Amino acid sequence: MSAAAATMPAAGAGTWTRVARYGVLFGAIAIYLCIVGIVPTFNTRPLIAGLLSLGQASLYLTMIAAGYLATSRVPTSGPVQAILVGAVVGGITGTFPSLLVLAGAAVDLRAVLPHASPELYTVLTASLGTSGFWVPLASGVVLGALAGSLATLPLVAQRPLSRGLVMLLVFGLFAGVLRTPMLANFMEPVARFLFAPEGLTVIGAVLIFGVTVVSVIAQRQLRVRERVDALPASTRRRLRVPLLLLLAVVVLTIPIGLGSFFAQVIAIVTLYVLMGFGLNITLGLAGLLDLGFVAFFAVGAYTVGLMTSTGEFGLLGWPWWAAAPFGVLFAMAVGAFLGLPILGIRGDYLAIATLGFGEIIRILAGSDLLKPWLGGPQGILNIPKPIEVPPDHLLAGPNQIYYIALVCAAFIAFVAWRLRGSRLGRAWMAMREDEDVAEALGVNLVQTKLLAYMLGAAFAGLGGAIFAGLVGAMFGSSISLFVSINVAALLIVGGMGSNPGVIVGAIFLIGVPELFREFSAYRFLFYGVALIAMMLYKPEGLLPSGITRRELHKPEELELVAGDTTVSEAGSS
Amino acid sequence: MNATVIERITDIAIVGFLWAFRIVVILVVVVGSFLTLAGGKFAFETWVDLIGDGIALGSIYALIALGYTMVYGILRMINFAHGEIFMAGAFGGYFAAVALAQAGILNANPLASLLSIGIMMLVGAAVSVVLALGVERVAYRPLRNAPRLVPLISAIGASFFLQYTFRGIFGPGIYAYPEVTVLAESVPIPILNMRWVDVLVIVAAVVMMAGLYLFVMRTRIGTAIRAVSEDRGAAALMGIDANRAIVVTFVIGAAMAGAAGVLFVLMFRQVYFFSGFLPGIKAFTAAVLGGIGNVPGAMLGGLFLGLVESVGPTLFLTGLEVPSPNQLKDVIAFTMLVLILVFRPSGILGERIGRSRA
Repeated sequence: MSAAAATMPAAGAGTWTRVARYGVLFGAIAIYLCIVGIVPTFNTRPLIAGLLSLGQASLYLTMIAAGYLATSRVPTSGPVQAILVGAVVGGITGTFPSLLVLAGAAVDLRAVLPHASPELYTVLTASLGTSGFWVPLASGVVLGALAGSLATLPLVAQRPLSRGLVMLLVFGLFAGVLRTPMLANFMEPVARFLFAPEGLTVIGAVLIFGVTVVSVIAQRQLRVRERVDALPASTRRRLRVPLLLLLAVVVLTIPIGLGSFFAQVIAIVTLYVLMGFGLNITLGLAGLLDLGFVAFFAVGAYTVGLMTSTGEFGLLGWPWWAAAPFGVLFAMAVGAFLGLPILGIRGDYLAIATLGFGEIIRILAGSDLLKPWLGGPQGILNIPKPIEVPPDHLLAGPNQIYYIALVCAAFIAFVAWRLRGSRLGRAWMAMREDEDVAEALGVNLVQTKLLAYMLGAAFAGLGGAIFAGLVGAMFGSSISLFVSINVAALLIVGGMGSNPGVIVGAIFLIGVPELFREFSAYRFLFYGVALIAMMLYKPEGLLPSGITRRELHKPEELELVAGDTTVSEAGSS
Repeated sequence: MNATVIERITDIAIVGFLWAFRIVVILVVVVGSFLTLAGGKFAFETWVDLIGDGIALGSIYALIALGYTMVYGILRMINFAHGEIFMAGAFGGYFAAVALAQAGILNANPLASLLSIGIMMLVGAAVSVVLALGVERVAYRPLRNAPRLVPLISAIGASFFLQYTFRGIFGPGIYAYPEVTVLAESVPIPILNMRWVDVLVIVAAVVMMAGLYLFVMRTRIGTAIRAVSEDRGAAALMGIDANRAIVVTFVIGAAMAGAAGVLFVLMFRQVYFFSGFLPGIKAFTAAVLGGIGNVPGAMLGGLFLGLVESVGPTLFLTGLEVPSPNQLKDVIAFTMLVLILVFRPSGILGERIGRSRA
């Protein structure tokens, strides 16, 4: 969908030509969703039990988006024409999957497109088979018309409805996640009422939609936002204290009673938050895109593994706590060692060079050359846990990792925050903006870059050390390019240089995919779309730091919705 | 005062470190080669084989590197998705090959085989061109004037998008190419223990590169591309449609990558969604090696990298008693990338774009 606005010319073509273009574009997206396997694969997960699956929803949302976007972008004379435009666009969008069904009935497409199978046609035709080829077309017309009429409503009415849809989607997706912990305590009847074993119950769906709509309207009527804004600054600050306390309590108690699977997911998310904070110094402050983050992660993890393991390759048998600082220091030293030669080269080359380092370390770790020391693919086993407790203890398993990672992440955030305003931090930011100017102002480029790179490496090493403690073993295959890509991507999506952005990015890019393991094949597909979309529409990230936002957008653009800012302007300002 | 002393010490440390780095690399290469050759473990024919493989592989790298270099020359951006464009060409060629094999044409007689290979390369190139046009339009064009890292990140996103689109459509499995029997036969020249596939790859690559060179140097649109690479603004003032030149650059680069993809799978006979990653990075290395933005440089860099990758592990590492040196051939390629970037970022033939304007 992100491609839509970029591909559409601003003006020039007649209304119906543009309508047809929107239809063809979204029709192509619908076909893409089908043949790439998203519709049939996601069909296994119900959104509203017995009524709507995620696969169907992805298709219907494409139609709704087509109708809505076309109606709001193409000038129309009145509501009737708007609804007509929506219906036509939705219809054209729906025609494409209809044609796919017909084509699939005529010839077996599976030789080239394995996903164009009878299961897909069942989803597309609402179980009617080939004779139901008209179903996508008809639903396109209906949904497009509905979206068109939604677009003609005033914003006041649009917002509650669209929020309701979003909440429906969110609760439907996370029904399983929310249900499991709720079943364990007094919330059980609520959980059974709202959630089916997978997805929402019909009543739950209606209820969630209704509550969201009402609460959005109520919030608007009561003018909550304006009233808070109108409060004097001191009162607002006082209001913030209990909120922050509540947040702290939630953060500290979140893994309790969640079960080992969720505890594991939360521990991994926190680990990535920690590494994201680390890379935030290298990339966010100093502007060095490091795609070889995994190299230092590996150094930290293997150092801890070698020093602590009681297994075959262990050297010292130290406790985790004694080994972890050495992992960090050693990663930092390797950072200096690798950084010294390459930091003189310019930004985009640096990204590729660090990518090369990551790959070198990955190949070496799994190679026969280092097998006598690192164990190759079989790896180092029997790495002790940081805290040895009985299995039913509060700190057992991933929970202790969560708390350790949390404390370390807070520490890194503190370091980064103190550094930002320091002489070094200002030198980093100056260098990020313009190396030549920074150098002219007396910043020693190599030294300043090296410090940023070493700090990033140290925190990557810390991440590796904690990872070794979490898994209890270190394999050659744990070192992969995707660790680097994950960290860089969560930073870019969340907002470079912004710590809240890192948390948001980690939750979206690490946590959510961990919860939807069955869709893991599409994880990096979404990464790709997310990276392109972020660069096109919001290069500063979802939760940018104030400075970056001011740099990338002109002041008057700050008020606008993200989609309305054009990137060429963002780039040249 | 104190700060300047520290600065001087770090400066000395950096220079010393770089020298130590050079010396270690040269030592490994020289001592390793000497020990390997002195050990006499390998026959003369083995080296000829390795060199032949290296030239064939290098020709493919050169073809991919041309796309990197031309796009870099004209847009100053690293087209990170180029490896995936290459992989897409290989997939396109696969389906053409399967169709031709089913029709019984692929192995009917040598001439039919040659014709089939031509068709496969055309199909592969067409698939690549379509994808490259889409990527350029959606992910690159809106970001032409953005800061440097922005299009790079977008290109990385495009690379993932293409990779996992292919994984989604065709699954994670490896597709085995149908065999072209003629290509597996040896060339009837003694000593030169080459298969026909190597000859085909080298000849096809040379023809394509010569064609590209003529195109860039002799045609109007080639001149336009060179002018836009030189200075987009001035070219526009001379009435050159910069947009058209950029699109044509992408088309040519993608067509060569797609054809190279087909040649690559004719050599290795398998393709899957991740096939483009390593060749892509290595071709980028080749482009940097020859001097990015420099068309003859990319050809030379590709050949050199192919040779080093093929001969290097055996020549440098066997003598040093490194176990299974071929595991480390990618390490050699990546080390070369880093070495070039550190010691001669302008490449062997020199970068056509001066550092100041890049």
